[in-house]
Amino acid sequence: MEQHRILIYILLAIVVTNLIRVTPMVLIKGQISNRFVRSFLYYVPYVTLAVMTFPDMVLATPTPWPGLIALLIGMVAAWFRLGLFPVAAICCVIVFLMI
Amino acid sequence: MTERRKNILHGLRDGFPIAMGYLAVAFSLGIIAAKAGLTASQGFLTSFFTRASAGEYGTYTLVAVQAAYAEVIVMCLVVNLRYMLMSAALSQKIAPGTPWIKRILMSCCVTDEVFGISIAHPGYTPPAYMYSAALISTLFWATGCAIGITAGSLLPQHIVTALSMSLYGMFIAVFIPPARRDRNVLFAVIASFVLSGLCAVAPVVSQWSSGMRTVVLTILISAVAAWLRPIRTDYNGAA
Repeated sequence: MEQHRILIYILLAIVVTNLIRVTPMVLIKGQISNRFVRSFLYYVPYVTLAVMTFPDMVLATPTPWPGLIALLIGMVAAWFRLGLFPVAAICCVIVFLMI
Repeated sequence: MTERRKNILHGLRDGFPIAMGYLAVAFSLGIIAAKAGLTASQGFLTSFFTRASAGEYGTYTLVAVQAAYAEVIVMCLVVNLRYMLMSAALSQKIAPGTPWIKRILMSCCVTDEVFGISIAHPGYTPPAYMYSAALISTLFWATGCAIGITAGSLLPQHIVTALSMSLYGMFIAVFIPPARRDRNVLFAVIASFVLSGLCAVAPVVSQWSSGMRTVVLTILISAVAAWLRPIRTDYNGAA
């Protein structure tokens, strides 16, 4: 791929991602009052991450099984409040042992 | 010791464990960035200036298929929407009278984890605390990504595949605890899995890139969830 296309992709990602962070700090003086907007913003992060995890995680392994088992056990570990790093490590180890 | 120096040291202390986790996760992100054709220095720059795990992952998958620029913009907007919420919540934690340039810099420091420790800081969050926590974690994040791009191709394929699971593990660790606390989030997560799985195999929609699928499903499922199960009006920000 041409290098300038990659640079444009990178620049767009940097500008948009930081504009999202800066905009509310500049604009919002108090709490957002619209109930639908607040509810929508509340669900977005979890839905995004869930959609990106499945089925991509299962499709990333040579056969679906290692990814699927890592997904299930990772979810159990997170359910019992293991943190970001332990959950990530558990998923890696399971797939490493199974493939 | 001056107040400012103390805040910097506390920021480094609280930022270090985050930085260690970032190093490992960014490594697997680097493997994906390498597939998209990024060089180590490009990956370092992108990671340093975006600091967005899911947003970067989405961007790299789009770069890999040479998607339209507009797709990258929409992807970054939707996948990073949570930072908007966090930044809004953070605005309530900054001392009145703080210059606007410091407020803007602090909002740029927002990541899931740095936001977490900044909100947990007793009283108003000092700018120096947030800068130092963000700086150390960002340096490790960007370095991890650059190492992943470089070393990812040197490692045997099965180790690369195993390491690539850490990014998904991090996603799981973010969305499962709230799903345990709030049944509505649990339903939304289940709906996400089901619809995302269907979209990957269904005719027509399975032709979409995974970035496109992410954006469309996020807007659709979140809107339906907000309509069917609005949050209580006393719910207070993302904290």
